[in-house]
Amino acid sequence: MSPIVKLIAQRIALGVLLLLAVSVLIFAGTQILPGDVAQSILGQSATPQALANLREELGLNDPAYIRYLRWLGGVLTGDLGTALSSRQDIAASIWPRLKNTLFLAFWAALVSVPLAIVLGLLAVRYRNGFVDKLISGLALASTSLPEFFVGYLLVFFFAVKLQWFPGISTVYDGMPFGQRMMAIALPATALTLVVLAHMMRMTRAAILNVMQSAYIETAELKGLRAFDIIRKHAFPNAIAPIVNVVMLNLAFLIVGVVVIEVIFVYPGMGQYLVDHVAKRDVPVVQAVGLIFAAVYIGLNMVADIAAILANPRLRHPK
Amino acid sequence: MVAKATAPKAARTGPLLDIRNLRIEATVYPPGEPPKTITLVHDVSLTLERGKVLGLIGESGAGKSTIGLSSMGYGRGGVKITGGEVVLNGRDILKGGVGGLRRLRGREVCYVAQSAAAAFNPAHRLMDQVVEASLLHGVASRAEAERRAMALFRKLSLPSPETIGQRYPHQVSGGQLQRVMTAMALCPEPDLIVFDEPTTALDVTTQIDVLAAIKEAIRDTGVAALYITHDLAVVAQVADEIMVLRHGRLVEWGGTRQIIKEPRQEYTNALVSVHEIAHQEQQPGKTPALSVKNVTAAYGGGHVKVLKNVSVDIFPGQTLAVVGESGSGKSTLARAITGLLPPEQGSVTFAGRTLGNRLADRPKEDLRQLQMIYQMADVAMNPRQTVGTIIGRPLEFYFGLRGRERDAKVAELLDKIEMGKGFVDRYPAELSGGQKQRVCIARALAAKPKLIICDEVTSALDPLVANGILKLLLDLQKEEEVAYLFITHDLATVRSIADSIAVMYRGEVVRYGPKSQVLAPPFDAYTDLLLSSVPEMEIGWLEKAIKGRRMESAGN
Repeated sequence: MSPIVKLIAQRIALGVLLLLAVSVLIFAGTQILPGDVAQSILGQSATPQALANLREELGLNDPAYIRYLRWLGGVLTGDLGTALSSRQDIAASIWPRLKNTLFLAFWAALVSVPLAIVLGLLAVRYRNGFVDKLISGLALASTSLPEFFVGYLLVFFFAVKLQWFPGISTVYDGMPFGQRMMAIALPATALTLVVLAHMMRMTRAAILNVMQSAYIETAELKGLRAFDIIRKHAFPNAIAPIVNVVMLNLAFLIVGVVVIEVIFVYPGMGQYLVDHVAKRDVPVVQAVGLIFAAVYIGLNMVADIAAILANPRLRHPK
Repeated sequence: MVAKATAPKAARTGPLLDIRNLRIEATVYPPGEPPKTITLVHDVSLTLERGKVLGLIGESGAGKSTIGLSSMGYGRGGVKITGGEVVLNGRDILKGGVGGLRRLRGREVCYVAQSAAAAFNPAHRLMDQVVEASLLHGVASRAEAERRAMALFRKLSLPSPETIGQRYPHQVSGGQLQRVMTAMALCPEPDLIVFDEPTTALDVTTQIDVLAAIKEAIRDTGVAALYITHDLAVVAQVADEIMVLRHGRLVEWGGTRQIIKEPRQEYTNALVSVHEIAHQEQQPGKTPALSVKNVTAAYGGGHVKVLKNVSVDIFPGQTLAVVGESGSGKSTLARAITGLLPPEQGSVTFAGRTLGNRLADRPKEDLRQLQMIYQMADVAMNPRQTVGTIIGRPLEFYFGLRGRERDAKVAELLDKIEMGKGFVDRYPAELSGGQKQRVCIARALAAKPKLIICDEVTSALDPLVANGILKLLLDLQKEEEVAYLFITHDLATVRSIADSIAVMYRGEVVRYGPKSQVLAPPFDAYTDLLLSSVPEMEIGWLEKAIKGRRMESAGN
């Protein structure tokens, strides 16, 4: 087996193992939380008999590991359980919300990732000059502002004053694509502003690091233009760190959008999670937590694999 | 396009390169002081005719590379050309602006760097990099440029010239990469190539092949060259004229024969004269200080055998030189002796008792008796510690010396390495290369060891400085009765310092004995190759040496 296949297989196996470990943690965490599921379903006025019956019915009297295995078995077969608060199937109610979250993250990523990388390249091209300082300054300022503040600023100017976009991003099934895009314009912009600087600064730093190499001098002495040197000779050698930070930010776009979704009343995973935490709906919290963990681990795995593939020594062994 | 094609032709009559009163400056930022401007090159002038080779020679800091790169209008890291003219093909390139420089770089002037391994982009195939300049400047179509590159690969006797371009830099050996880089410089058919120490980073046995390939390529293509090196014997093989530089000033400029046979300046004379130190060989004693018996060692859990059944003895107060090319196992032998790489088989005996295989198994006293000095003095010292702290550390660690006692001892050691007391509070960054190596020697001596392992300690130094270090080591050996295991690839060093020699080749000791025996014929094939590859300051040595070889060098 070629070493690269072996390395990638190792990464994937490691990712699966990690996800399993996280599932244990999530399960254990929700067990430690104070409060009793049966009690929260039936309310304070429930009789001890009713509570005992419900506990029996939900299997809460079984040892923890049996409940964990039962839960894990359900997850693996696509059954995330039933929400306590609404008695609805969790998988069925999560799916449309996950789609919404992914839709928002996709468009935010499509704008922010290329923009961040191009801005990073430009910052290197004009390093320490006016353009570099302007790019870095604006990007840092937008990141330093808390995301709820950015969100409200956008709402104030573009929804209230100019009335270009709706201030509340309601989306529903069968909504026309154009309207849907109008609806997510502001939250996607807010997310872009939040993640831009991190990726831009990392691109800049990674490429500047590579710019010290002797082969950059070789390219200069061939008469290449400064931007071509950065693009052709520096960037391919800086891919690994850049992909890493891009993936971290993509993960944030999916799992960290809680605040933005609440501000714009966007029906995504974050909103769903917040609602059910408030209701102490443990099965929903477990399911959402597991999905977020899977996204996080999955994207980081992609970053690792991309870094392996970007290394010519691994792609083309001696 | 038309202008580009005719401009050089119109100027075919004058010299190719005419540098007049070149002045190059740089701004330096010393710690704790305001930035200041220093002058690297003082009013140097030179002319180079078409198809001729001019050797630029001098120690580090002489301004050789800076002058060479000025022919491309390039200043490394903040270095600026502040005065004079660089006239190439009849025009002053310093007045052509950035666009003008870009058009000449990679077209009229090409560059071959010292370390091709670092100068090639690891992310691209060799062929893409070799033809890049030709395509950029519209010299040739891709197919034409690749055809030209393959012809050059063949001329430079690279293996499988049709397919080597499809490889990545890490898939090719250092000697081969240096030749690919030469092909890269020749591919756009420039008028001038700047060779910046192209063989310095190579083994002697590989250097000779690369040197021959470069020389032949220069002769056959008629390209002119600036050949930068610190090694007069090397430049004597390829240059028509030699220019000696020191501290950014011209010392002497003349024909190759005149410079090496009849130098007119004292400094040139010092460079030309042979730096062998007359060292009387000592007879091996009765009992060795350290004895390596049948040691076999491997990396990667036994997969890569790097030492095969190696046995050598080192006698008290004597020097064993271990020679061989890179990859022959010299440094691994040092790692096995110090316990950094536990041997798989065999043992290391010191002062009559067997040392623990692993470093962790050895008592402090054993560690004290074996000290090491490294090739790269600047990375072997903590940059944030002063010289006093660095030398004082082993005194505290091994002998528990503190305060005034330690300071007195540090002063004594500084005296021994011929550096005054003023150095105690200096940081490594404030020292020259030779001074740094002296501090490392003092640190090793501070432990009062019976044996010091010297791993290529003079390889990174200029010849005159290296000579001073060798003399110091010999003097210290007499005073302290310390034995040296001297690892080197430089045979001149071996002649100067060794009492006995072990020649290593692919992990085995192929020749071992007192210096006089090892260096006397009849030779085995490898020792012969090693000895005959050492450049001699003799015009025509290269051709003679290539002809007389009995085996190919391994770097090919």
